[in-house]
Amino acid sequence: MKRRHAIVFVRIAVLAGSIIFLEVCCRAGIIDPLTVIPPSEMFASMIDRVGSGEMNASIMSTFSTIVFAFVLAIGFGILAGALIHRSPRLRDVVDPLLASYYSVPTFIFYPLLVALLGLGKAPLVVLGVLSAAPAVMISTLSGLDGISPVLIKLARVHRLSPARTFSWIVLPAALPRLFTGLKLALSYALIGVIAGEFILSGTGLGYDISFAYQSFDNRAMYGTMLFVLSIAVISNGFLYAWEGRLARRRSRG
Amino acid sequence: MASESHVELNEVVRQYDGPPAIQALGPIDLVIDRGEFFSIVGPSGCGKSTLLDVVCGLAQPTSGSVRFEGKELCAEVPEGVGVVFQEDSSMPWLSVRQNVAFGLRTSGLSKKQVTERVDHAVGFMGLAQFADHYPAQLSGGMRQRVCIARTLVLRPRLILLDEPFGALDQQTRLLMGDELLRLWRETGATVLLITHALDEAAMLSDRVGVMSARPGRFIDMIETGWPRDRDSRVVSDREFGALTARLWSSLREESLKAMGRAA
Repeated sequence: MKRRHAIVFVRIAVLAGSIIFLEVCCRAGIIDPLTVIPPSEMFASMIDRVGSGEMNASIMSTFSTIVFAFVLAIGFGILAGALIHRSPRLRDVVDPLLASYYSVPTFIFYPLLVALLGLGKAPLVVLGVLSAAPAVMISTLSGLDGISPVLIKLARVHRLSPARTFSWIVLPAALPRLFTGLKLALSYALIGVIAGEFILSGTGLGYDISFAYQSFDNRAMYGTMLFVLSIAVISNGFLYAWEGRLARRRSRG
Repeated sequence: MASESHVELNEVVRQYDGPPAIQALGPIDLVIDRGEFFSIVGPSGCGKSTLLDVVCGLAQPTSGSVRFEGKELCAEVPEGVGVVFQEDSSMPWLSVRQNVAFGLRTSGLSKKQVTERVDHAVGFMGLAQFADHYPAQLSGGMRQRVCIARTLVLRPRLILLDEPFGALDQQTRLLMGDELLRLWRETGATVLLITHALDEAAMLSDRVGVMSARPGRFIDMIETGWPRDRDSRVVSDREFGALTARLWSSLREESLKAMGRAA
């Protein structure tokens, strides 16, 4: 068995073992079923809720907001990162702010965003962008810093236009580090939007979880939580696999 | 046949803004003939690479002029010039074939013509078996060959090489030198080689320019007198020892100056 396959096998075994352990503890009454329901019931609840279509509106609302925030964060993050990279003075000013950015709980701005942008998706999108864009900016800066100067010279020797230099050399050279930012941005956009819905919104999966929690509907709450968790793991796993494929191609030796 | 000048440098000076302002180069006057293999040796920091940047248009001289095929350069690399850098400039996200074809993306050639040129260059540099490999799978010498092949497909009339074999071991350098000579003969291109290796310059060149410590100027110009169909076996020629000795005697005092020690 290849090392990579062995690692995946162990990872799945640990996850499966934890789920089975939780199932046994819940079924044996070691864990109070009013606190946590067995994983099999969580799964059944998720299937019921998705299958019945009762979550459709929330799914559409939440994931369209996340995708919108994610795409905006990528665009804004890459653009801002590239601009900061071009200006050493701006870099000096912004670097410490970026380094300490994630110590700021951006959710506290939600009331302000509602006051400015009204109710609806806009404040949630902004919250998602505020959470995700700095990760893209930081990884863009790191990616651009890591480009070998000789590759930029190469672009000049081949008389490439700025657009071609960017798409043929800068972007692929910076991609491995940029990918780290994309993975983080997806997670932060998801956290930002769902947490925003959970705390203050009246729609979406975050609100559904909050509503089920306040209604003592554990089955609905855990079913929705498992759905969100599954989507987060699958989407991040997809990016992780894509990144791994690129990295293996570059480091085959 | 009368020689024809291919590259001309007139009173070229390159200065870096300060404070304090540093004169890296010059004044330099140089004429390189079409089809000539010209090498430059000099102590560390004398401005060899700066000179190469100026010759290919990557850097502008502070004063003076550079002409390629009679036309003055103006802040961009002219068509017909290929450059091989000291550092590995292969692109890790492209296969060997894709790396070599990179320079032809904007050439306007048909797919068939691109394939033919790439196959020829890959084969010429002995990389046919590795055409679908990625740079990470190759040795340092092979990666440098990829970079040379990428320059070769452009069919440049002037090839500039900035210490291309600097990171290679002695045996590989000799063999790469043979390949470079073969390339030079087959393409008829003019070659300007920057090197710190005196034996490499003596073996490969028609003429070697010796530069002073900073600001770099030519302090000696040595004709090697080798036939055009030479190869690395000239290192066992008696003349080879005399040539390297002359290069070193010209260079020794300048190298000491560059190290901050008097002769």
